Amino acid sequence: MSRSNEHIEKPEIAVKQPNPRLKSWKSVFNKLKKNKSAVVGGILIILLIIIALIGPYLTPYDPLYDQDVTNKLATPSSDHWFGTDNFGRDIFSRVIQGTGLTLMIGFFSILLGATAGVFLGIIAGYYGKRIDSIIMRFMDILLAFPSILLALTIVTVLGGSMVNVVIAVAVSSVPIFARIVRGSTLSVKKLEYIDAMRALGASDSRIIFKHILPNITSPIIVQATLSIATAILSAAGLSFLGLGAQPPTPEWGAMLSDGRNYLYNAPHVALFPGLAIVVAVLAFNMLGDGLRDAFDPKTRE
Amino acid sequence: MIQFIIRRILQTIPVLIGVSILVFSMMHLVPGDPAQVIAGEGAPQEQIENIRERLGLNDPLPTQYLNYVTSAVQGDLGTSMRSGRDVSAEIGARFWVTVELAIYSTILAVFLGLIAGIISATRKYTAIDTTIMIVALFGLSMPNFWLGLMLIQWFAIGIDLPSWVPFFNNTAWFSPSGWGSFSQIVLPVITLGTGSAAIIARMTRSSMLDVIGSDYIRTARAKGVKEQIVIYRHALKNALIPIVTVVGLQFGGLLGGAVLTESVFAVNGMGKLIIDSIQARDFPVVQGTVLVASLLFILVNLIVDVAYRFLNKRIDLD
Repeated sequence: MSRSNEHIEKPEIAVKQPNPRLKSWKSVFNKLKKNKSAVVGGILIILLIIIALIGPYLTPYDPLYDQDVTNKLATPSSDHWFGTDNFGRDIFSRVIQGTGLTLMIGFFSILLGATAGVFLGIIAGYYGKRIDSIIMRFMDILLAFPSILLALTIVTVLGGSMVNVVIAVAVSSVPIFARIVRGSTLSVKKLEYIDAMRALGASDSRIIFKHILPNITSPIIVQATLSIATAILSAAGLSFLGLGAQPPTPEWGAMLSDGRNYLYNAPHVALFPGLAIVVAVLAFNMLGDGLRDAFDPKTRE
Repeated sequence: MIQFIIRRILQTIPVLIGVSILVFSMMHLVPGDPAQVIAGEGAPQEQIENIRERLGLNDPLPTQYLNYVTSAVQGDLGTSMRSGRDVSAEIGARFWVTVELAIYSTILAVFLGLIAGIISATRKYTAIDTTIMIVALFGLSMPNFWLGLMLIQWFAIGIDLPSWVPFFNNTAWFSPSGWGSFSQIVLPVITLGTGSAAIIARMTRSSMLDVIGSDYIRTARAKGVKEQIVIYRHALKNALIPIVTVVGLQFGGLLGGAVLTESVFAVNGMGKLIIDSIQARDFPVVQGTVLVASLLFILVNLIVDVAYRFLNKRIDLD
């Protein structure tokens, strides 16, 4: 009796199909592992996140309050690896402290911008007609402002602060997501299985969120990764212009803005925050490039 | 073709209206009473009323908008709060500086980007290709304001190097600020052009690789056409089509990117005008400059679309 039971159970386990979506994610991940650019970018991002999380507890000096006026604008030494700034603060500690800020600004602005853009793009692509032209004309208007100028205008209106920078960068990233998602939605919408779902009586929101959205995630992920790089650059630019994070905050762009006044006698003040920005932006660009290759069906073997 | 151009121009009209509404609303979206903002904190009530009357802020919003657009079309963008001069005069004095900066940077970017991209594509997966692509990736990832500061450091101030380093010993070759003479132009143009050069190089490489992989190139090679002719006459000609679009978009982007570059090098163009006006809360000038920059951007995009259509008669943009 017990023997025959075992017999029945075994095939059941064998019959269980692996989730096809999970399988395709696995194949993307396997390709990603072989892509040098993606691996380097990914490792850099993980390192940056670790630095952002535990770095502030390990820094030798307080990034704001350890001011040593007798030792200001000191060049890099074993005491101060990146030297000190115009208030005698340790630049190394400030750069470490700024890592989390930069990652958060980049991540949240794109989370906000991508959510809005994906939503608008999917609505425009799915419903078409009037809604489509209204949404896309509005996106055209946002795109009619040269890159950083839109963010600049929004910050001017809202006032300079870090939250407003996130909002400004988010708004200026909406159109690109809307465009990409609209295009992908249009091509997925034509496929037979969507018609089948509709014939089965599935509601619009079910079709959109259960059947279209999961199939257009790859371009969204690629664009989001690359957009984080752009967002970090724009946010740093706004802070550099004095419109974002305000002076005592150890934000990299704001630190560069301090550094520009001391180019003649203390060039290191502007050097290190800039290098930090380059590393962060490079990491997201590399991961984004790698993801694009991994998702690209042309390179799938 | 003419039909396409006309339709494309008509399509920009709603965008122009949208942009003008957004720019117009700027003043009204700033928290607080615009008249109070312009007059400054603690200004007497009478002065605020005066400003309100002078700017027509007592009219209903649609009337105000129509007034704004009507005068803007006639070239009247209001009066600067800071200098008391016409906004259009303020912009006019700086317009060509920014356009010049953007044009020189585009030329540099196209020159460097095309050469680097072609070298990379024709030597696919070699050390040269990898090096060029890594440099391009850095170019893409560098904040241009930081690059500007570093260039000032190296080539305008000069850095102390050990005396055995040849050549780079006294490198204060160029001027760190201003606009006009050759030594003032070099550094801002490199600063602004680098990012675009990187993008164009990457675009050229992938576009060239697509074309080189196609059948007609294989046919040309099989016929025994010289490799140089294959690359430059057959491949590049077709690869250029997507590149033109990128170049056009880059030129538009440079107009915006000029804000940071002009700020770093104290170049007295539209970008610096915007920043200075934002800091002085001189809203009419901010509005006017943003409007002019967007119009220029829309115009450039229009030209790019027409050029794209002209170059590539196969595609149908309808």
